[in-house]
Amino acid sequence: MKILPSRALTGLSLLALALPLAACGGGDDGAPSADGDGTTITVLAAASLTGTFTDLAKQFEDDHPGVTVKLAFDSSATLAQQALDGAPADVLATADEATMDSAADALAADPQVFATNTMVLVTPADNPAQITDFGDLDTGGATFVACVDTAPCGKVAAALFQDNDLTAKPASLEVDVKAVLAKVTSDEADAGFVYRTDAVAAGEDVRSVDIPHAEDEVTTYPIAPLDQSRASGLAGEFVDLVLSTEGQQVLADAGFGKP
Amino acid sequence: MRETPRTLGRPPIALVVPGALAAALLVVPLVTLVLDTPWGSFLDELRTPAVRDALWITALASTITVVVCVVLGTPLAWLLARVDFPGRTVLRAAVAVPLVLPPVVAGVALVTALGRNGLIGSVLRDTTGLTLPYTTTAVVIAHTFVSMPFYVLSVEGALRASGEQYDVVAATLGADRWTTFRRVTLPLAMPGLMAGAILAWARSLGEFGATITFAGNYPGTTQTMPSLIYQALQSDPEVARTLSMILLVVSVAILAALRNRWLTTP
Repeated sequence: MKILPSRALTGLSLLALALPLAACGGGDDGAPSADGDGTTITVLAAASLTGTFTDLAKQFEDDHPGVTVKLAFDSSATLAQQALDGAPADVLATADEATMDSAADALAADPQVFATNTMVLVTPADNPAQITDFGDLDTGGATFVACVDTAPCGKVAAALFQDNDLTAKPASLEVDVKAVLAKVTSDEADAGFVYRTDAVAAGEDVRSVDIPHAEDEVTTYPIAPLDQSRASGLAGEFVDLVLSTEGQQVLADAGFGKP
Repeated sequence: MRETPRTLGRPPIALVVPGALAAALLVVPLVTLVLDTPWGSFLDELRTPAVRDALWITALASTITVVVCVVLGTPLAWLLARVDFPGRTVLRAAVAVPLVLPPVVAGVALVTALGRNGLIGSVLRDTTGLTLPYTTTAVVIAHTFVSMPFYVLSVEGALRASGEQYDVVAATLGADRWTTFRRVTLPLAMPGLMAGAILAWARSLGEFGATITFAGNYPGTTQTMPSLIYQALQSDPEVARTLSMILLVVSVAILAALRNRWLTTP
């Protein structure tokens, strides 16, 4: 009668022993500040920084042997919220200053603007709705998409709708700019509002059409180290790299404007 | 009423502790959601146009989804339960796949079939000029895709449980198969039909991934409550909690409707 429960208990205690061990095994690539040795830093960056920050992270790792840079790309609002909620991260880079300000309580230093971006209209390479001019959106009955206006890319798009007195409505409001680009490259939309850098990254897959007044709605990208960072030295150095001539060149190559 | 035989002794701690942990995991987040909901602005939130639109699209889509499930799913369940045709086992397995499919994958799959350049979608577009994405119809299709398996499996189970012997009796009394289906099979399977319809409706209410991938997200045409909650999370978590609360209330109401089947133990 007593054998079964005690066996189960043994099993449980073995499990209880094994769990922390398993956690230890994965410690090398786990939370950045698990042991406070600061060999891993985590950078939260807006989705539109995917290409450039991946390059910059590699460069940072080359410059700092033994250091690993983990990158998390998402919509700026989501990342700012995560930073505020104490996510184990060291640096935050967003696609607009308002979002960065919303995370002010989690910042270890004043944010610094490191890049700017403007919007363009992209169409699929074969341009099914034959959009050659921004005005064609209103006359051609084209299906176009933009970001939802809670995301920075949507705020800019909404401002551009207004600046240009656009009467046509988008078919869908996507959660971030990558989703907008995906709708265009997969030919599920005739046109989409994306950043110039996204159009550069998409290369041959899309054609760009200039948006009038785009230069009036410039997006600025701020970066700042986070309070919860346990490797604040490295976090500061990563920010420095992004602001350095080297870092600025990587950003310029991807189509970003100067701060 | 609840007589536990004393001879069995106290429940073993090895069962009580994990059981309590499981219960806490399921219950605590719901309690904190209720506590964190800004009740002061709850009614005002309900009245904003965005919420009204999303509630309307969600109610409309889930209702039509249930109707489509009943009209198309009942015959499918009957075929699976009563007709021996080649490939029946394979078909039954295929029908169950959307149950376990990640919703985003369901959305991607729907795009490849019914998107503007999908296999069927492109033919539809070339012949009629119609495109499905970004329409409320697309929302209903996405919801039906993910909800139908719940309905079909529930009804098929009921049909199998009620057995074929009543059908046989009806046949010996001279009823043809259609009459038997209407007058004998269907009434016997009615509880399974109801449970399946409620399950499908609940699944449709919460549907998010397939909808936002296939149908998009625009207020008034394709934005459902879960899409709106996801969007609100990016700007105003308080609004997101209020909207989540609305869906929680509806879900609990559904569970109450199901209480005779699930909440009372045999």
